[in-house]
Amino acid sequence: MNLETSSALQRAAPRLMADAPVLTMAGMSRAYGAVQALRAVDVSVYPGEVLGIVGESGSGKSTLLRMMNLEDTPDNGDYRLRLPGRADRNLFELDRYERRMLRARHIGIVYQNPHLGLLMHHSSSGNVAERLLVAGERSFEVLRSKARVALDASEFPLARMDARPIELSGGMQQRVQLAKAIALEPSLLLLDEPTTGLDVSVQALVLDTLKRLQRERRITMVLVSHDLGVIRTMADRVIVMRHGAVVEQGLADQVFQDPQHPYTQQLVHAKL
Amino acid sequence: MSLATLTKPWAATSYGFLDASAKRELRRKMLKAVAVPGCQMPYASREVPMARGWGTGGLQVTLTLVNPGSVIKVIDQGADDGVNAASIRRFVSSVSGAAQTWDTLDASIIQSRHRIPEEILRENQVLVLQVPDPEPLRDVESNISIARQMHADADYGKLWLTLYEQIVRKGRIMQGASYPALVNGRHVITPSPIPRWDVPKLHMSKHLTILSAGREKRIFAVPPFTRVEPLVFSDRPYLVEDHAGLTCQRSGLSGFFMNELPMDGGGSRFEVSDSNLGIKAIRRTEGEPDGIGDTWYRNGEYSA
Repeated sequence: MNLETSSALQRAAPRLMADAPVLTMAGMSRAYGAVQALRAVDVSVYPGEVLGIVGESGSGKSTLLRMMNLEDTPDNGDYRLRLPGRADRNLFELDRYERRMLRARHIGIVYQNPHLGLLMHHSSSGNVAERLLVAGERSFEVLRSKARVALDASEFPLARMDARPIELSGGMQQRVQLAKAIALEPSLLLLDEPTTGLDVSVQALVLDTLKRLQRERRITMVLVSHDLGVIRTMADRVIVMRHGAVVEQGLADQVFQDPQHPYTQQLVHAKL
Repeated sequence: MSLATLTKPWAATSYGFLDASAKRELRRKMLKAVAVPGCQMPYASREVPMARGWGTGGLQVTLTLVNPGSVIKVIDQGADDGVNAASIRRFVSSVSGAAQTWDTLDASIIQSRHRIPEEILRENQVLVLQVPDPEPLRDVESNISIARQMHADADYGKLWLTLYEQIVRKGRIMQGASYPALVNGRHVITPSPIPRWDVPKLHMSKHLTILSAGREKRIFAVPPFTRVEPLVFSDRPYLVEDHAGLTCQRSGLSGFFMNELPMDGGGSRFEVSDSNLGIKAIRRTEGEPDGIGDTWYRNGEYSA
């Protein structure tokens, strides 16, 4: 272990030791027909941590993220979120209504494809407001001001807050998605390839925004990407997935600088 | 002993055009609709001697409810003397033996297209509203299966969002008729294309309201004494049409919902939309007893 890895461990260790995980998944398995998308995956995410999930296409990382967002139910598995005022129970036992309310209040998500996360023909502020409306906010002025605050935090130009996402660039659409995701200050922010498809300069701006939000608000994030550069920039800890299973996990510096599994070595060297 | 002596005369029990099994299905669906206020119940909408879109849903409900002792009133946009209203009223009466009336207070069943009478309805009256499009989520979700799922989940965020967008774009809520309303705190309905003026009349009303869409094959209901709350933001009050200051040029009534009649050379004149109320008011000016009952609105203000 080199000096840099060691210092990263020391930096992260007190936080990991001090807090119980905010997210715990155990034994997650999911098959789609003959395809085994997840094989007994265990994941924990700690408060304020950024967990990166890497792997090639079809490795199961997006399926895992969908499970975290309660969009799908596994064949086997236990999923718990440590939330204030909520009983500790397997979230897959919740009915559809409870899942939707939990998602609306505690989990934010940014999709790779903005069409999945945004209503393209409604205003940008309206897209943010919709999340607040689902959570039960019924004051127009409060909706307006909260949408403004969330868009501002995402570094979206407020002069265009009523522009429709269809009229915006890809980077701006991602900022609207981000504003929508953080509007209710979620306990967990899920990022599914948030910068894929953006040019490098816009990628850097979006990542800067994410890093600033993480630093200022200590939001717990799970970041899925096949771009190791993005993961390396953002993540505290990394899990590497292949064929639906976790093949390696550890602190980001450790995994990138001293990969143990042959597949991780192949990934890292292919990137470098 | 012949078969004829063992059976009851069929004419005494067979009335109302629809066959017994059709009426039984409609009765069951109406009971379900009353049991779950605002929830749309699918039914097998039958053929009736009228084109789809002309009130076949309302007609089937009326034909199921009617009996020879009923008194039937049919209005079209508030008027008793419209061709469609008169045809439906005569048809229902001819196939059931029910009496016909124009007077809201005399009727036991009131079938209406797009209005609720201005006089307060009683417990023993049933209002049947014709509904062209029963799905309030149609504009935000075109897939009917998903829309039904959204109702099941009380997922009305997108519907609220359309109201938010109207205020953002236009400065106020532009929705006129078919204003979405939450029934019993659970299901959002379209109260049929009645004007905003009429929606408060459904809230905690004494009468039963049944809404039926023949083409779309859906029945839903607002039982008596049930909450019906238009979707409004807490800081944007619900507004009805600004008719309080208008005066009917035929009857002299004011403070009720008016029809606007454009005149040659510009300008408009107004006539009270509830035609029977106008007739009663004219009768009053001629010195006859008017027979006007209590009204939901007084001096243009909702007061019931």
